[in-house]
Amino acid sequence: MSDIFEVKGGTLPKASELPLGGIIPSNGNGVNYATGSWRTQRPIFNDAACTDCLLCWLHCPDDSIILEEGKVVGIDVDHCKGCGICGQECNSKPVKAMNMAQGGRFEPSETFARHTL
Amino acid sequence: MAIAEKPVRQRKVVGLTGDGAAADAMMQINPDQVAAYPITPQTEIVERFAEYVANGNVQTEFVAVESEHSALSACCGGAAAGGRVMTCTSSQGLALMHEVLFIASGNRLPIVMPMVNRTLSAPINIHGDHSDSMASRDAAWIQLFCADAQEIYDTTIMAVRIAEHPEVQLPVMVCFDGFNVSHDMERVEMLDKAEVQEFVGEPNPKINMLDPENPISIGALVLPPFFFEHKLAMTRALEGSIKAIEEVGKEYAKLSGRSQPILETFGMEDAEVAVVALSGIGGTAQWTAMQLREQGLKVGVVRPRVYRPFPAAQMVEALKKVKAVAVVEKASAPGASGAPVFQDLCTAMYGLDPRPKMINYVTGLGGRDTSSVQYTEVFKRLLGIAKGEPVGPVQSYIGARE
Repeated sequence: MSDIFEVKGGTLPKASELPLGGIIPSNGNGVNYATGSWRTQRPIFNDAACTDCLLCWLHCPDDSIILEEGKVVGIDVDHCKGCGICGQECNSKPVKAMNMAQGGRFEPSETFARHTL
Repeated sequence: MAIAEKPVRQRKVVGLTGDGAAADAMMQINPDQVAAYPITPQTEIVERFAEYVANGNVQTEFVAVESEHSALSACCGGAAAGGRVMTCTSSQGLALMHEVLFIASGNRLPIVMPMVNRTLSAPINIHGDHSDSMASRDAAWIQLFCADAQEIYDTTIMAVRIAEHPEVQLPVMVCFDGFNVSHDMERVEMLDKAEVQEFVGEPNPKINMLDPENPISIGALVLPPFFFEHKLAMTRALEGSIKAIEEVGKEYAKLSGRSQPILETFGMEDAEVAVVALSGIGGTAQWTAMQLREQGLKVGVVRPRVYRPFPAAQMVEALKKVKAVAVVEKASAPGASGAPVFQDLCTAMYGLDPRPKMINYVTGLGGRDTSSVQYTEVFKRLLGIAKGEPVGPVQSYIGARE
């Protein structure tokens, strides 16, 4: 976890303790900031239709397409903002494997949705 | 210009305009990058510096941009990459930079910018007043004001050290009056380029996004849990920069033999009344005060060379004993209770008891001259107030046909 997001002794850092100019002095800490609540639509993944072309993974701006051994296995619901790019890019035929549905909350039946935090 | 304490050594003396002094200081600083767009009356700086680039006098990467918004954006990029960068502008150019001014200061990028004061449209006018930099006074840039070409030369060199000071890390504007100062040819004593290089030193950037050993993100989204603290840290650095300005000024005075006070004062040892004025018009005020003091009138002048951060403690110390103060400004703050310097000064003086009576004059908008005769009237009114006459209107407009 990045220093600047770390809660020290239960309090947030003071002005004098922050890095200069709002820089983030370490990398890979986007994972610490959940943006899933921003969603107004959600991607529904159809495993049976997926050809594992990985276009969704390539285009996802939030690194929220979860892969295992080169195959799409689900969505990182804590970081997916519901932008719809995966649904737009999905190329499988005759049925799309990634389809957007209205509403940000995943139903329990949408089992491919997966948490990482 | 401050009076020399003692000439350290004989140096090159040249005739330079205000713009020329800024450009030659930039040449001797030899920044890594300059991105600038020409605008009257700053144009000569860009022209002259571009010649230095073309002639190989500097190793600077000169970025010819298509607007001032791009100029300052390119500077932000260069500074974030750890470079020593400079630009320069005026008036509408500064207005077009407005958005990026806050990005430069918020990201704590030590950019140095000679800023030739010219009024803002409309009606369109190319002449000098302080409307442009005053409209940017809350952008958290350090704003230094110069009265002559020598001061522009000295201040531009010092500005690099002030901006890059480890406790400061903020951009600096070096402001001076359009035409009256920018195009007036004056005597300037220059340091050797080697001396300037030694004084400014190698850049030691605190923020460097091109360091692969230490990868960082710049310009990230900062939401309510952290934003306030970032702004507070920046504000504290700006307030504290007055110490760095003094410290760099002392070091530069030793090198150049020219003292570099925060306030230039005249006659304040025994003055009963005082005029406060920034940059060139402060010089006219001082000349007028000299004439009046020969007639035995106890008048004084305070010319702050630093406007942001506002040198409140120094101003109060200089003015606490006088009976009446007039703040004469080449800028107005339409609809406000006073022009910008007056607002700042009144706030700073409020805690004094007793405190001087204070009045405010707006003068010289759009480049109209402020004469010694007009200053004499200001001083006479102040002397009347000091004797107990009614203060009268707090805000007045010198020489405007109303």
